[in-house]
Amino acid sequence: MINAVLLNNDDMVATMTSAVYLGNDITFIMYGKTMVIKAISNVPIYHKVAVRAIEKGEAILKYGEKIGYATADIKEGEHVHTQNLSSRL
Amino acid sequence: MKFNGYKRSDGHVGIRNHVVVLPGVICSSSVAKKIADKVEDARYLYNPNGCAQNAKDTSMTLEILSGLIANGNVYGALIVGLGCETIQKNIYIEAIQKKTNKPVVYISIQEEGGIQKTVEKGIKIVTALMEEASKCERVECDLSDIILGMECGGSDPTSGLSANTVLGNTSDRLVGLGGTAVLSETPEAIGAEGILEKRGRTPEIGKKLYDIVIKCEQSYLDSGDDIRNTNPSPGNKASGITTLEEKSIGCIHKSGTKPFDGVYEYGQMIDQKGLMFMDTTAYDVASVVAKIAGGAQIIAFTTGVGTPVGNAIAPVIKITGNHTTFTRLNDMLDFDTSESITGVKTITELGEELLDYIVDVCNGERVKAEEHEISDMAINQLSSYC
Repeated sequence: MINAVLLNNDDMVATMTSAVYLGNDITFIMYGKTMVIKAISNVPIYHKVAVRAIEKGEAILKYGEKIGYATADIKEGEHVHTQNLSSRL
Repeated sequence: MKFNGYKRSDGHVGIRNHVVVLPGVICSSSVAKKIADKVEDARYLYNPNGCAQNAKDTSMTLEILSGLIANGNVYGALIVGLGCETIQKNIYIEAIQKKTNKPVVYISIQEEGGIQKTVEKGIKIVTALMEEASKCERVECDLSDIILGMECGGSDPTSGLSANTVLGNTSDRLVGLGGTAVLSETPEAIGAEGILEKRGRTPEIGKKLYDIVIKCEQSYLDSGDDIRNTNPSPGNKASGITTLEEKSIGCIHKSGTKPFDGVYEYGQMIDQKGLMFMDTTAYDVASVVAKIAGGAQIIAFTTGVGTPVGNAIAPVIKITGNHTTFTRLNDMLDFDTSESITGVKTITELGEELLDYIVDVCNGERVKAEEHEISDMAINQLSSYC
């Protein structure tokens, strides 16, 4: 069941439409195809999750636009929030 | 598209027919409130200023208060001054007359001879104004006469995902019908200035949009403050918004896809049709008030975690894409867009439904903030009181 929204195909993060817990499936649509990844941390509802690995220092895209920089290496399926994303490096 | 509203002799169109009691200065605010409380349906418009402000702030206060009285939703007003304050009777009257010819009466406590006499006289004046106002009838107006102020507050990730996107669709529809929609809250465009720049109708408008956003962030930095440390708010962050850019990009979705036709200063009267940007603070109430002073008869306010904000003279429609919020805080929310997230409805369908609801409100349907008589007031200022 779809439980995350990827707002733009270029985005590195999807928004959860229900909470997921470590090990749960995260299912979203990318380029019209259903994608499934594993949550490697708990992610609350409406919070962001990485849909691919992101390197420290990389600009993070949501809505197809830059919303800040990764302040740590982020793994696919990991919660993306203040602990690893910031406006400034 | 048509609705039934009030056509004013100054050319403005209203969707409400209010008589306003406005304190000319904070010192007369309690006395003014006593008057408003004694006359059924009179609207008390709190004013925290009127004195002891520097020239720039005095002029900003005057721009806002005269704009609120000139708003099409207002039939007429009583201003209750103290007598000795900076903004004197003639200054109010001149500022208002530049914008409207509607009935405005001014009395002051020092001239009337104290609280009791001022209240008695005020009640008589307001009762007479209410009687005159009751003779106004709704007539057919065109939706192109509507100025829709767009605001967001207490945002969460559903705001950008759903409510703002739906409102953007509604904004496109209204502008397409010849009406006016106003985006604002400059600090919440920080990080989205590049997108806004490309959306100017002309390169000059785009440049102006870009520049006010850059100037806004620089003014924080100049005062030794980094706004990116304080905005998003703790509530925004708890709900899942991480950075100001993320919030801003979600925020500007409210303006849909049309090009911007104009950029206005804080509270400046909007004198053209189309999609506009007003340079306001992110302090919701001060931003809502500025757009109403600029002529907006109605505010579409999106929220994620919920807010009760209302205004004395204009309906503030509360829209959320968070279904839990809509259910839990239902007595302060009017429109639920969460079906765009669950996939039950499309953004386009909800955008059309929201426009229909806005027309209902223009026709007189009361929103929750009106039902609960929520009336908030703040005016931006640059310096502290002198």
